[in-house]
Amino acid sequence: MTTTAPLLNVAGLCIEFRTGDAVVRANADVSFTLTAGRTLGVVGESGSGKSVLCRSLLGLIPSPPGFVTAGSVRFEGGELLGLDEAGLRRVRGTAIAMIFQNPMSGLNPVWPVGDQISEGLRVHRGLASRDARARAVALMQQVGIPSPEKRYDEYPHQWSGGMLQRAMIAMAMACEPRLLLADEPTTALDATIQDQILALLVELQERTGMAMILVSHDMAVIAETSDEVAVMYAGRIVELASTAAVFRAPRHPYTLGLLGSIPRNTGDTRLRPIPGQPPNLVELGPGCSFADRCVFTSAECRVTPAALRPVGPAHLSACLFPERMTAASA
Amino acid sequence: MAILEYIVGRILQMVPVLFGVSLVAFLCIHLVPGDPVQIMMHGRATPEVLATVRAELGLDQPLPEQYLRFIGGAIVGDLGKSIIQKAPVNEIIGERLGPSLFLLVYSAVLAVLFALPLAVVAALRAERLIDHSIRILGVVGFAMPPFWIGLLLMVLFGLVLNWFPISGYGDSFVEHLWHLFLPSVTIAVFLAPLLVQSLRSAMLDVMTADYIEVARAKGLSRRRIVVKHVLRNAAIPVVTVLAVNIGWLLGGAVIVEYVFAFPGLGSLLVRAVGFRDYPVIQGLTLVFAVIVMIINLLADLSYMAIDRRVLRR
Repeated sequence: MTTTAPLLNVAGLCIEFRTGDAVVRANADVSFTLTAGRTLGVVGESGSGKSVLCRSLLGLIPSPPGFVTAGSVRFEGGELLGLDEAGLRRVRGTAIAMIFQNPMSGLNPVWPVGDQISEGLRVHRGLASRDARARAVALMQQVGIPSPEKRYDEYPHQWSGGMLQRAMIAMAMACEPRLLLADEPTTALDATIQDQILALLVELQERTGMAMILVSHDMAVIAETSDEVAVMYAGRIVELASTAAVFRAPRHPYTLGLLGSIPRNTGDTRLRPIPGQPPNLVELGPGCSFADRCVFTSAECRVTPAALRPVGPAHLSACLFPERMTAASA
Repeated sequence: MAILEYIVGRILQMVPVLFGVSLVAFLCIHLVPGDPVQIMMHGRATPEVLATVRAELGLDQPLPEQYLRFIGGAIVGDLGKSIIQKAPVNEIIGERLGPSLFLLVYSAVLAVLFALPLAVVAALRAERLIDHSIRILGVVGFAMPPFWIGLLLMVLFGLVLNWFPISGYGDSFVEHLWHLFLPSVTIAVFLAPLLVQSLRSAMLDVMTADYIEVARAKGLSRRRIVVKHVLRNAAIPVVTVLAVNIGWLLGGAVIVEYVFAFPGLGSLLVRAVGFRDYPVIQGLTLVFAVIVMIINLLADLSYMAIDRRVLRR
């Protein structure tokens, strides 16, 4: 098997938010690589740093209050961190595109939907209005928007949430990105629409060969779409492995907790919620930040820094004592 | 067609308002305690003269009949005769309507031209030095009495530099622009800070919207985002502020009119009130009301042009 150079290489990324005297470490030492055509699922609770991670790749974090304090983000061999606005603009929407959680507020209410889909083509590709329109109509067709020629001139308030998310996807796909960042793309949608949107994303990925980072708080969504999973907790990746490995044999108690909270319609097992609340990111102690909620915790967990390290073949975990989990399940 | 329906609907809504306004304008002559004719004549007229004037004004008729005559006249443009000037009210008002509207539109255009760049800079550099400076400038402009600004401008640009005339209206469009420059600037200095504040805060509001982040993620330039995606959305509250204040300035520009010896409706109103020239007051009330309604209609049409969600009921 030939090794291909990774499309994206994130190393030691640290992001802080500073408000007044408080410093929040939204991302702490985040590292991962992503190969072209693959999907990385990023999963975690609200406030775990998933969305910040996505936004930082495109330089979309407002500064102040957000600051990238360390790390590197290499995309196709070039460093993205520290690029100026002009440099970022050449990446945004062309090489890397992003879709967002709430399609209902993601489109500008005063412009027609089609105009917003073709805007990127006019700006980045220099297409004339008529060509951009034709291309946008084709894109709308591809993402499953019915009678796109007619709907091109309609306004966002005339569309349903599911259709708007399709429009957002068409907008992101306009300039054929090599990497698509999908930040909770189905969270705001009805369950039936969720599946359609995920299926659409997978289909587009197969057709175009783009890579994808799919952020979700929902393990089921990740299972359906991702090749690899990064589990985030309190700004850190606490487990990183192939989706199969994570679902078969999780090596971090937090991942185990997330898996326990997926509803299944087989058997009569009750949902097992993770007890407690995520920690306050302003007041993190030196040890493992999950220690307070962990069923396997011990005194050492609160004082020993827990870094991500190999616990198996291509399987990383930040748990200090992953063997306790295997012992418990055996 | 939804757009046509909206416009027709808005115009039809004006009919009952117009009726109410005409009733108020009509009744204002009867709100005077005692005999309006006595008061108009300053109590120095013989009973014969009073009777003649009363008959001339139709005040000897029953009230409903008086109203019908008033409204019937107003529809065909007959607003009665001025007691003081002995001329038809519609001619007296008509003479000054053009200059007043010119001044109003000119001031509004200048105010927008002043306010737009200042508001954009203030919003893009919010809470920085330049933003605070613009705010202080606005407070100063808004707080200085218009007659004082008018006099300062007059002394500097009219008398010392001799660039602009200090009074009059001129005969052609270009001359109007030239003659009304200083009075319009005076009004714009008062109006612009209101527009700057509302546009700045509306822009700051819009800039936190999700669709602005989407626009940034699309790789659009800052300039394009501000011009295409922010300003249009932020324009709606500004149109409201502008419409409200223009309506008010129609009669409220009277001080500026006096300072620049300008023949406008504001000074006409003040004079008519002074002389208790009720037909003129009535006529002006009606004309002001109609103009304010037209301004509101234009504002509504602008909302529709800016944001199609207005059409959704």
